[in-house]
Amino acid sequence: MQRPVFLNLMQIQMPVGALTSITHRITGVLLALGIPGGVYLLDLSLQSPETFESVVRLFQRWSFRVVVIVFVWALAHHLLAGIRHLLSDVDIGSQLPASRRAAWIANIGGVVIALAAAGAWL
Amino acid sequence: MKRALSGLRALLVQRVSAIYMLVFIVFLLAHFLFNPPASYVAWRAWIMGPVVGIAIPVFFAALLAHAWVGVRDVILDYIRPAALRFAALALLGLGLMGIGAWVIRILWPGRG
Repeated sequence: MQRPVFLNLMQIQMPVGALTSITHRITGVLLALGIPGGVYLLDLSLQSPETFESVVRLFQRWSFRVVVIVFVWALAHHLLAGIRHLLSDVDIGSQLPASRRAAWIANIGGVVIALAAAGAWL
Repeated sequence: MKRALSGLRALLVQRVSAIYMLVFIVFLLAHFLFNPPASYVAWRAWIMGPVVGIAIPVFFAALLAHAWVGVRDVILDYIRPAALRFAALALLGLGLMGIGAWVIRILWPGRG
């Protein structure tokens, strides 16, 4: 069945809530892809004192910390956008103006948390 | 095909697991900020401790359920051809089950 498709990127409107929504998806997929890496690090950290030390050394590496900061951003955004969903479930911020404000808070809050982590750590 | 995790139930799983993980992550962050593990022995003792030893398996159960519902929704939205969609879902399910088995082996080394 043919359905109309409108994909003119110059004309598609992207309100702030839509940006929060698609970023919630993208960060969710990114975090899911990160699960095996996280489990691998947990495995290494618990095997032996030597492998534990290798994980500690990994976290001291600047290049690895950059990767961690990206995941901090993804997690921070995903949590804030998720909290926005949970609150609107119980009718807090479900009206459009408040919903837009909450979307801004999630988008900017995620970046602020990542920058704070980078500033404290890099 | 019976859809075991569809509609309202999937929505509920997503929210309950989200709230649990949110509380756990705040707890984890506070622990690492104020009382970071000083050594392998301390880290292992903390992970295997009476409270954390239960909270962590529950966290991974919540995480894998949450990832299943979330990524499944993304696959159903963007992958149209039935064969490709089925393959992606199967890969996701097998991958998450494999990770679950891996976590069990990590947390209970003797029995895995």
